[in-house]
Amino acid sequence: MKRYISRRILVSIPTFFGITILVFLVSSLASGSPLELLLSNQNISEAEIKRQSIKLGLDQPLYIQYFKWMGNMLTGNLGESYRTMQPVMDMIINGLGATFLLAITAVILACLISLPFGIQSARYQNKAWDNISSVFSFFATSTPSFFLGLVFLYFFSVKLKILPIGGMNDIGQENNVLSLLKHLIMPAIILSFQMVGTLIQFIRSSMLEVMKEDYVRTARAKGLKERVVIIKHVLRNSLIPVVTYLGMEIPLLLGGAVVTEQVFSWPGLGLLMIKSIAARDYPVVLGITVLVAVAVLVFNIITDLIYGLLDPRIRYD
Amino acid sequence: MNNNRKKSMFINFIKRFCKNKLAVAGFIVLVLISLLVIILPPFLTYSESEIDPLAFSSPPSSTHLLGGDDVGRDVFSRLVYGGRVSLFVGLLSTFISVLIGIPLGIIAAFYRGIFESIIMRLSDVFLSFPSIILILFLVSIFGPSIITVTVVIGVLGWPLFARLIFGTVLSIREKDYIEGAVAIGETVRSIIFKYILPNAIAPILIQITFRIAAAIVLESSLSFLGMGVQPPAASWGNMLYNAQSITILTDKPWMWLPPGIALLVTILSINFVGNGLRDALDPKTKIS
Repeated sequence: MKRYISRRILVSIPTFFGITILVFLVSSLASGSPLELLLSNQNISEAEIKRQSIKLGLDQPLYIQYFKWMGNMLTGNLGESYRTMQPVMDMIINGLGATFLLAITAVILACLISLPFGIQSARYQNKAWDNISSVFSFFATSTPSFFLGLVFLYFFSVKLKILPIGGMNDIGQENNVLSLLKHLIMPAIILSFQMVGTLIQFIRSSMLEVMKEDYVRTARAKGLKERVVIIKHVLRNSLIPVVTYLGMEIPLLLGGAVVTEQVFSWPGLGLLMIKSIAARDYPVVLGITVLVAVAVLVFNIITDLIYGLLDPRIRYD
Repeated sequence: MNNNRKKSMFINFIKRFCKNKLAVAGFIVLVLISLLVIILPPFLTYSESEIDPLAFSSPPSSTHLLGGDDVGRDVFSRLVYGGRVSLFVGLLSTFISVLIGIPLGIIAAFYRGIFESIIMRLSDVFLSFPSIILILFLVSIFGPSIITVTVVIGVLGWPLFARLIFGTVLSIREKDYIEGAVAIGETVRSIIFKYILPNAIAPILIQITFRIAAAIVLESSLSFLGMGVQPPAASWGNMLYNAQSITILTDKPWMWLPPGIALLVTILSINFVGNGLRDALDPKTKIS
């Protein structure tokens, strides 16, 4: 097990460097670097431009710039934002908390919504329940989240006025949990919808697969109650592929979060990314992109491990 | 394969597809939408960017079927032109994905070894990375436009097709008829075109359908964020951009409801068709 983990981590290292090199190379193509902004100002002399480019390290060859950037990053220094002059790291950590809260709530909601649908439609295959949940999951996967978000806003915030229109807290109530929950519920539902459709189908087909197994027939033959058979024997075994799916989906949620956060002005990483792109604030954009890459690699490893814990047939050697 | 057998297979496929009523309905809706967005534009009174000062934020009327938007452009015209953009981006970017993904997948499966490790490892990374973040990053570098969005979505879609064909090739490369083909000295090229691609056509077709839907959603999300198709050019996504302002969301539903519904109906139809294709092309599913 230990050997497996260390090997998994070792394999991720070249991938990590590959991603950072690619991201760095592409971003060096960016127009509108601080130097170019200076160049557009006619009053600035040649010497001043030279001085600035030495100060920013832009006179050095690309690979030296990369190593410097990388070295800084490994010590937790992602540079300073062009827009706010704050350290990029602080801004990212601020946004990360909000995004994390949103994503976790969305995952929990997605499971709560799709488990009953998935289980029932597997138990009553091709009956009413099954049809309802398949139509539901079709709509859930096909509705673009920003449109659904706007419709929700229209109904719950504008018409019914029961939920706030956006943001994370009411002003002056930063520690009020109830107000936080009120702000959280809509974006979390919208974000969870992205997964719900696929998740229902996943649970359904995985359960149908397991229900054919011999040990399920044995459990029934033993005279166990249907509830026990479904929960202890079928559900537990059919959750294995579901967990893998969730593990792969959680980093992808960061992408969906960009749109949801924009609709509900939720102050997370996505909103930060959009603002930074609009302001050509490259250190922040670069920082978020690299951070997401790290998150993806870490989640892939975690998923692998959980997979092994759930399924004792998998051996790590 | 002789012509008669091909024909009967095709008829069989049509029959199976038609059993799925939702798929047929989806197909009809898609044909209608495509015809509308292709044929209608020359007959429209207003172009997508034409400003009628009288139509500024005006509700639907006889001159402007769906009203005017916040700068006085005709919403109905923009809806039609926006549909063109969405379908164009969806189709072209998927075509790009196929064009990159299929050859890479075949190379990985055919030559194995180092090719396989590099290509498949790369596809893992691409697949697990949230594409909207990657696209936003790239768009921030290359600037937002229809071309950037199409190319970037297209390039990012390659692993789906590479993986699919990789799996198919691996599963048939050990078959006797491939060995036979190698033994009688057929070239790699002819093996690929005569034996491998025909076997893979069904799953690829299904994947293409779903990818088109996904690409359209990606494009409209980007445009909604203001990072995709830029006004005055219309796109269903950027028509919804304005609804982020609370007055438009509250009082002017004609500006944002039509593009949203058009998008939903299109995506739903494509997914229904994809599902129907899957049932019709997979010989394992029984259709009663």
